[in-house]
Amino acid sequence: MNGVEVTDLRVELDANGADIVDGVGFTVAVGEIVGVVGESGSGKTTVGTALLNGTRRGAQTTAGSIRLDGDELSALDENGWRRVRGKKIAYVPQDPTAALNPALRLRSQLKEMLDTHEPHMSSEDQDERIRASLREVKLPDTDEFLKRYPHQVSGGQLQRICLAMAFLLRPRLIVLDEPTTGLDVTTQAHVLDTVRELCANHSVAALYITHDLAVVGTLCDRVLVMYAGRIVESGVVSDVFDSPMHPYTRELLTSIPDLKVPRVLHAIGGYAPRPGNRPPGCAFAPRCRMATELCTTDPPLVHVGPGHDSLCHYAKDLEAATHRDWEIKPVRVVAENAILSARNISAFYGSTQVLHDVTVEVSRGECVALVGESGSGKTTLSRVIIGLLAPRTGEVTFDGETLSPKAGGRRREQRQRIQYIFQSPYSSLNPRHSIGRIIESPIGLLFDVPRAECTRRAEEAIEMVGLPAATLDSYPGDLSGGERQRVAIARALACEPTVLVCDEITSALDVSVQAGIVSLLDRLQKELELSLIFVTHNLALVRSVADRVAVLQDGRLVEAGATATVLDAPAHEYTKALLNDTPTMTDAIDLDPVAIDPKTATL
Amino acid sequence: MSATPTSMTSAAPTAASEGRRPSASVLRRAFRFPTVRVGLVLVLAVFLFAFLGPYFAPHTTTEFVGRPFQGPSSDALLGTDQLGRDVLSRLMWGGRSILWMAVASAFLGVGVGAALGLIAGYTPKIDNLIMRPLEVIQGFPALVLILLFTALLGPKVWLIILLVALFNVPSVARVTRGMTLDIASRDFVAAAQVIGFPRRHILYREVLPNISTPLFVELGLRITYGIAITAALSFTGNGLQPPSTDWGLLLNENRTAMAIQPWPVIAPSVLIATFAIGVTLLTEGVSRTMARVDREPGT
Repeated sequence: MNGVEVTDLRVELDANGADIVDGVGFTVAVGEIVGVVGESGSGKTTVGTALLNGTRRGAQTTAGSIRLDGDELSALDENGWRRVRGKKIAYVPQDPTAALNPALRLRSQLKEMLDTHEPHMSSEDQDERIRASLREVKLPDTDEFLKRYPHQVSGGQLQRICLAMAFLLRPRLIVLDEPTTGLDVTTQAHVLDTVRELCANHSVAALYITHDLAVVGTLCDRVLVMYAGRIVESGVVSDVFDSPMHPYTRELLTSIPDLKVPRVLHAIGGYAPRPGNRPPGCAFAPRCRMATELCTTDPPLVHVGPGHDSLCHYAKDLEAATHRDWEIKPVRVVAENAILSARNISAFYGSTQVLHDVTVEVSRGECVALVGESGSGKTTLSRVIIGLLAPRTGEVTFDGETLSPKAGGRRREQRQRIQYIFQSPYSSLNPRHSIGRIIESPIGLLFDVPRAECTRRAEEAIEMVGLPAATLDSYPGDLSGGERQRVAIARALACEPTVLVCDEITSALDVSVQAGIVSLLDRLQKELELSLIFVTHNLALVRSVADRVAVLQDGRLVEAGATATVLDAPAHEYTKALLNDTPTMTDAIDLDPVAIDPKTATL
Repeated sequence: MSATPTSMTSAAPTAASEGRRPSASVLRRAFRFPTVRVGLVLVLAVFLFAFLGPYFAPHTTTEFVGRPFQGPSSDALLGTDQLGRDVLSRLMWGGRSILWMAVASAFLGVGVGAALGLIAGYTPKIDNLIMRPLEVIQGFPALVLILLFTALLGPKVWLIILLVALFNVPSVARVTRGMTLDIASRDFVAAAQVIGFPRRHILYREVLPNISTPLFVELGLRITYGIAITAALSFTGNGLQPPSTDWGLLLNENRTAMAIQPWPVIAPSVLIATFAIGVTLLTEGVSRTMARVDREPGT
């Protein structure tokens, strides 16, 4: 057949022969975009790179066949693969800044591809091909642009260059590994659009690896759901999303926030097993609510519908369900008396003004979301509130008192009552300190309590976030991203805050982990009457967590109001654009091809 | 510098507990490298020779055991020096002072340099105030200046230690400052600032533990540098004075007769070289392990 056909792919660790992925088989027809979704560690990237005969260090492909347009590739040696890679199978990486050589001009990077795979092409033809590729991805094809270095173009443009490079040699298959993860929604929408157009125009088979199901919903024709190195469900996107026939898919879908509906998010309990630790039979069984004795035996692949397969003993018994049945979060009524307000804040980094006269207030027990694209100033505002950055003008008041602009100048009680959770749990915990010390030392500083009481409160806090007390003895390096973020939350909660400022706290985490953190905050908010300032770029998440929304653009507040009002009836153009660009699960909206003038495009 | 966990709840050991202190595990992993083990053996051998040597030396350092520049014999295993004293005994006595000076000046230099580097890296306001004068010190040729001061004030042990330490300070401070800049930009430092920890706490509890392993490597390098410079000082006659003995002095006193009695020159050279190679292997292995540990993603 035309397109790619993978059967029984197995990649294992050299060290102990444990499988990272096993028994993976799928097809991608010409012109089709197939999404691969799964949480971190599910093996989705491994499958993607295995198609280029690449594995990470310490692993190798040990079985399986990969056929491209009928030709068997798995028998090729390294030289053979070198001719295939880039030429017939192209790869678009997650992080374009890491994929492009910072010391080479854009033209040289693109030309390199042609020099390697089309050595006989004349330089005029090469030049024409490069410019055509740039036009295809809606980038300027001028000499001036080609002379630039990677650091002189924006992230969105870099990803387009990677796309241009991938399509330069007219490959038959293209593997896209989370190419829009680092981009904000508007840029993401443009890039997705380009991907779709290119695949259709050049009849390329595309494998799109992502953890974002909403992106799959808007972009892909079919979807493969991966768990613990197996494909557990596959089918046409609408079939799988509307009536998931594998318990894992079902749970995964309930953990995703939606732009249109304020859903209650459900976390999947437990952890995905690592290679080598996978239980016999169905790997999802230990976390599955419906698991029985039978699940310790290998599950069969069940055809549940046309082109729709599920790897589950009980696939046929799952009732058809649609996501429209999911639990809706009730609207909360919040009293209008501000506990914390930031008024007329203007802030600078050096001589660049990043905030222009912004005012935001939060009431007791309320959750206010600050949204905007990267560079909109939402993180800066939260840093001003917490006292990490002194504003040029404006002031932050808390409980009726004006706060000192820097945290160091604030009273102990004020520092204790306003707590901050950082975006990345990988850098917010000191790797050389035990978790116990990380949580206890703020308690020791902020409260006059004996050592034993610190330890007791730390234990209480760590249990509140759903981690065992034994975690206190471990180090950040021993924990997963989600566990680390829970530790960061425990550290903040142990200080018994009134206001909690959360800076993109779920952006580094998997959706099921995100759901866990969000429902945790939701519960704590109810129990402790916490006020939350929730910084995020994820509008769907806003729908599930926030009472009010403040939209920031280029450091200015452009719209604010109740969540439902802002998201359902946006008044400002920018909010409308953001909403339009956000992929949604409820109705896989069709993105209109965006008209971009290649001369002025500055994504 | 210690970062002992403050909490020792009675919890059952978790899967995590074998990881323990990351810096300790770096050292433990480093010892899996054969080169690190060889380095450690070399360093320990030279240390043992230098510090236990005087107890086993067959003669005193000033006793005449034969004619000058005699070859090896049963009485003087490495022959005699320019005055007819036993080379082996002088070698065994002569290591203490040079190693002691090198180690003391390295510790002093790394201590002061690290403290200055930490403060400079964390406090942009006084960064220039600290770093620019240190660069001035670095601008002077170390050996020449040390020779000048020892000539002026006399070759005193404390003066040599102080001067060598002084010339260790700028480069240690610069390395520390660079690492501090990096660590200070991490969120856990911001987290400590937000909670209101004083600067002293942030520098010594949050930053220092994260740069202690590279500082350890720096300490090793500084010891080798100290050995070289103290040996050079003795060689030029500005270190210990006769009739005391040290490896640099041995070289100097006997180099004229290298053709007929090479042992008083070869033996101390071999010891100094062995020590330098040992320290280098050790620290190089540790820094390599460290880079490898840093590259590993968190689980």
